[in-house]
Amino acid sequence: MSAPATQRSTAQVCVNSDVHEFDGPPHTNALDFLRGVGLTAAKEGCAEGECGACAIMVARPDADGSTRWTSINSCLLPAAALDGQEVITAEGLADDESVHPVQEEMAVRGGSQCGYCTPGFICSMAAEYYRPERADDAAEATADADHHCGPNGFDIHSLSGNLCRCTGYRPIRDAAYALGQPEPGDTIAARTEKPAPASASTDIYRPDTATGETGRFRRPSTLAEALDILASEPEVLVVAGATDWGVEVNIKGARAKSMLAIDRLPELRGIRRTPEYIELGAAHTLSELERELAGSIPLLGKLIPQFASRLIRNAATIGGNLGTGSPIGDTPPALLALDAQLVLTSAMGSRVVELAEYFTGYRQTVREAGELITAIRIPLPLAPMTSFQKIAKRRFDDISSVAIGYAVTVDDGIVTKARLGLGGVAATPLRATATEAQLEGSPWTLETIHGAAETLAAEGTPMDDHRASAKYRTAMLRSSLERFYAEQEAGR
Amino acid sequence: MSHLSQRPTDPIVGESHHHESAFGHVTGAALYTDDLVGRLAGVLHAFPVQSTQAHAKLRKVDIEPAYQVPGVVRVITAADIPGVNDQGVKHDEPMLPVDEVMFYGQPIAWVLGDNLEAAKAGAASVVVEYETLPSLVTVREAIEAESFHGIQPVIDKGDATGAFADAAHVFEGEFEFAGQEHFYLETQASLAHVDESGQVFVQCSTQHPTETQDIVSHVLGVPAHEVTVQCLRMGGGFGGKEMQPHGYAALAALGAKLTGRPVRLRLNRTLDITMTGKRHGFHSSWKIGFTAEGKILALDATLTADGGWSLDLSEPVLTRAMCHIDNAYWVPNIRVAGRIAKCNKTSQTAFRGFGGPQGMLVMEDILGRVAPKLGLSARELRRRNFYTAGQDTPYYQPVRHPERMEAAWDQVVSTAEVEAREAEIDRFNAGSENVKRGLALTPVKFGISFNLTAFNQGGALVLVYKDGSVLVTHGGTEMGQGLHMKMLQVAATTLGVPLSTVRLAPTRTDKVPNTSATAASSGTDLNGGAVKDACEQILGRLTQVAAGILGAPAHEVSVTRGIVSALSSKKTITWEELINAAYFQRIQLSASGFYRTEGLHWDLSIMTGEPFKYFAYGVAASEVEVNRFDGSYRLRRVDIVHDVGDSLSPLIDLGQIEGGFVQGAGWLTLEDLRWDESDKPSRGRLATQAASTYKIPSFSEAPEVFNVSLLDKAHEEGAVYGSKAVGEPPLMLAFSVREALRAAVAAFGSETFGVHGPSVELASPATPEAVFWAIESVRPPVIGDAAASGDAAAATAAEGLSVPS
Repeated sequence: MSAPATQRSTAQVCVNSDVHEFDGPPHTNALDFLRGVGLTAAKEGCAEGECGACAIMVARPDADGSTRWTSINSCLLPAAALDGQEVITAEGLADDESVHPVQEEMAVRGGSQCGYCTPGFICSMAAEYYRPERADDAAEATADADHHCGPNGFDIHSLSGNLCRCTGYRPIRDAAYALGQPEPGDTIAARTEKPAPASASTDIYRPDTATGETGRFRRPSTLAEALDILASEPEVLVVAGATDWGVEVNIKGARAKSMLAIDRLPELRGIRRTPEYIELGAAHTLSELERELAGSIPLLGKLIPQFASRLIRNAATIGGNLGTGSPIGDTPPALLALDAQLVLTSAMGSRVVELAEYFTGYRQTVREAGELITAIRIPLPLAPMTSFQKIAKRRFDDISSVAIGYAVTVDDGIVTKARLGLGGVAATPLRATATEAQLEGSPWTLETIHGAAETLAAEGTPMDDHRASAKYRTAMLRSSLERFYAEQEAGR
Repeated sequence: MSHLSQRPTDPIVGESHHHESAFGHVTGAALYTDDLVGRLAGVLHAFPVQSTQAHAKLRKVDIEPAYQVPGVVRVITAADIPGVNDQGVKHDEPMLPVDEVMFYGQPIAWVLGDNLEAAKAGAASVVVEYETLPSLVTVREAIEAESFHGIQPVIDKGDATGAFADAAHVFEGEFEFAGQEHFYLETQASLAHVDESGQVFVQCSTQHPTETQDIVSHVLGVPAHEVTVQCLRMGGGFGGKEMQPHGYAALAALGAKLTGRPVRLRLNRTLDITMTGKRHGFHSSWKIGFTAEGKILALDATLTADGGWSLDLSEPVLTRAMCHIDNAYWVPNIRVAGRIAKCNKTSQTAFRGFGGPQGMLVMEDILGRVAPKLGLSARELRRRNFYTAGQDTPYYQPVRHPERMEAAWDQVVSTAEVEAREAEIDRFNAGSENVKRGLALTPVKFGISFNLTAFNQGGALVLVYKDGSVLVTHGGTEMGQGLHMKMLQVAATTLGVPLSTVRLAPTRTDKVPNTSATAASSGTDLNGGAVKDACEQILGRLTQVAAGILGAPAHEVSVTRGIVSALSSKKTITWEELINAAYFQRIQLSASGFYRTEGLHWDLSIMTGEPFKYFAYGVAASEVEVNRFDGSYRLRRVDIVHDVGDSLSPLIDLGQIEGGFVQGAGWLTLEDLRWDESDKPSRGRLATQAASTYKIPSFSEAPEVFNVSLLDKAHEEGAVYGSKAVGEPPLMLAFSVREALRAAVAAFGSETFGVHGPSVELASPATPEAVFWAIESVRPPVIGDAAASGDAAAATAAEGLSVPS
């Protein structure tokens, strides 16, 4: 066990190969820090991780020990979280002699009009340009509607978190699909072959005398250290990606006296497979899970591409999505359908809780003050029939009005097990237990489905809001089973 | 060809070039107003105190607590305004309220702090006491209360009332549709400082620097020559920076005057959405008569624009809406009444199309709804009613070149293989229970020029330096539309120099005065005419010099791509040599250019005249696929033929067409402004005030296949180098998406509706939820849906508990 980090008052961040010192107020996000040191390419468009104008690239460790250039929303990330890290902004992709291939293609193809969103697009595109699997994807490029891959293997969904109000996107897509592979001698590509900066053990404390704001940011290097901090300071704010907290800070003016970052803890990482379950480390980002599971849990494979945007998935962790306790998070409906369990760990030890019993009220859970979600267990065997239905205004990068996860097993024409997880229809995510009971033991027929539709429609207590009417939410529950049935029958 | 429209040999206009700042955009080197803050010392940051009531008397505004907050330097209220407390041009829009707030979110006071955190904390500490007044939030409430403001114009041509008696078919209906948030990626931003002589310099993200200057000067109570406004570039405008920036620029300028320090005022997204005006939603009621052949005989309509709390640009928006209700169709007898609802919301303003889209949407909605009732396909009904040569608009302007609209239509029908695809879609739909497709074509005819004749003027300043390099400044602003590149091309073409010889300087009111807004799609027409005029003045002088050097008559001299030659001379010289010679001959190498659009007239009192120099035409065909389970849809393919005249810059025009189309599709399908209409204390609050709740199109909404062509043989005599305006008209091509959704919804109807399906009513925006309910309204009941009636659903909703999200 390593010693706790020495307390410092500033963070050191390497941006475009230059080291900059962060010495701003504690709540400062990475975007304001960068702009404050004169790097104004990254812009604020929404301050809540929706528009991508603030996107930057950070050097993150990859599963094989190399580095992966990872695009993230700098507006949501506390500046202190970049301590010891390496960052590239749009300014850093060009040098005096030439611009980056991504910049060249975007410029000459009309990919920028007003140009305000462009540096963010450039960073998202450059991260995808350097994605190591892209060359392989190019070999088997497909162009079906929901997995847009260009002939060069460019996954257009890597840009789903970047909004452009001017172009209508066609020239940006053309620019993306025109990119080749990195040339030999590309220093940014070469950087990926070496390890990423170690997860710095960080303790930054810099009270702001002007505003009276106190702020401490700690990133311990071990779980034990984190649990010790949590035990002695139960009110410490735990962040595991900060994509939810960043919105609170920027939009609602939330301020934390003390923050504890757990997203790089080694004990919270890794995927473990036993005969009984698959265990997912809680600090995996959604993007890491998508890559590392590689479809081995099909329901999560269907869910993850619909979870926010690539920029968010690169920072948001699965544990964080459960830790907020939100009724409209996208992972709970799927994980409820999978009968998932959470491993909650405190300085006193660990316990395993059924996800179905985890949520107790609006943003309330059974997790106690000293506990962290350390892992998510998916019991085996997996149900053969699964689906994730996300109802939203926009097809991608939207918050669901209703989300429904399905995991159903049919033996000899009889439903032997049915699990339906629901989001958006009550103060917590919940399982459709009455519907499950009605389905189990019944024949897998349209008649059964129609019979259970009204039961499902009556689960939850949907409400009217700006996303959807209560009536529509109820109608979505009602039509859901028939949709699931139609999908499954079409897939046979 | 006119002198204005004729191109010289080997012109630079017509070449494809990327945006003038493209490499600055991609590297981050291109700066926007708020990027300049770090270059000044001692900058103060501004943050507002916003009203938390839709309509109230201000009983008390206690700003003292703000001064207790460390870092707060100054609080500004209405009492601090030395000049006129008005941020508009109709004298109904106080920059800061004196004793009454008119909408939820209205700024009551501004706090200036050493940093933004201090300003925010200061604003939060200001105590406001309200006396709640009755409020009107929806356009329907305003109509019921007869709360209107501004003009109530009427178009009256032919005999609409009498014609209904002769009509074979008469239909009536109502249609209310939503507005749209601009959602420019760069929010409103101003940065003001005062120089050593007391002159105010305001850097501002504004489409209308002259009006920003006017309002800053009257708020400060100083002459216009003490105020300079500069706009480097905007991160999008779309009309939202035509009127809206002025008050914020004036506040920043006032703060700089009061404190002696630079003041930065940048609205964050929440402030921007809750405080600034939007596209007007409208209510319409209409009655339409057709002949037995399906020709429109008469239309009687009332349009009510949802104007918000002050007039802003609502009057000209309404006027343009009324002038576009005909869209592409001949309506011999017509009466249109217009009015502006006054209610307690943001003051709605210009937005790409400026009322035109709203007027046209009413007509396209009518045609889409009634086609099945007339026993016609919507495509045939539209085509049958196109204007033909010799006809005129409801305001008596002859429709020039209607054959171009037909040509565009026929070209789309053939290149998009519309007939074959309609048959394919019928086959697909017959075999698909849960997913249906629809295809629709809609036309656009859009009038170009400001309705108000006086605004149709432009200015430019062209400077040729001794080394031959050229610097152009013009009155237009760059918001991404590529105006600056077009102006470079016009200057290079007129002078006969390579593009690299010409540079553009940022728009400033001390370079070109008294400019019109960069709006109404007119930026290129007006400023291009002025740049061309300035260049011609200089060239006229240079020709004399060249004639002397080349030993040829002046009328033979030509300058092409930097080479000066004459027909009867073997000698050539370079542009640089010519300029050098001209300087030593004491020839003036600079000129200010001016342009006014000729032949316009307009009488607002009787709504007649020729307000438009020409019409821009376009046609789009869109195909969608709709899922009945949730009403979600995909835009499978879009084909467009659009008329830009002889394009000045094809890559830029293509970008305007594609971008306008997707923005229009966003308005009509996805973008959903929701105001709190309840009687709770939050009444009047905008519920969708963030990017997470107000969704604009992303990659997933862009058409999967997107084919855009420019109409051939489209030379326009009345505009610079034969081009046409392109900023606004393509937005309205997106009606095809809405009509395709209607067609797909109709395909869910039972066969009892006949070959053209049921008449479908579709809400706007046609969100998945709206499409779902439209499907439910036409879909035959099936087993298992027996309990799915509205009553059961409503009961569930009523019992639902409140669940915050």
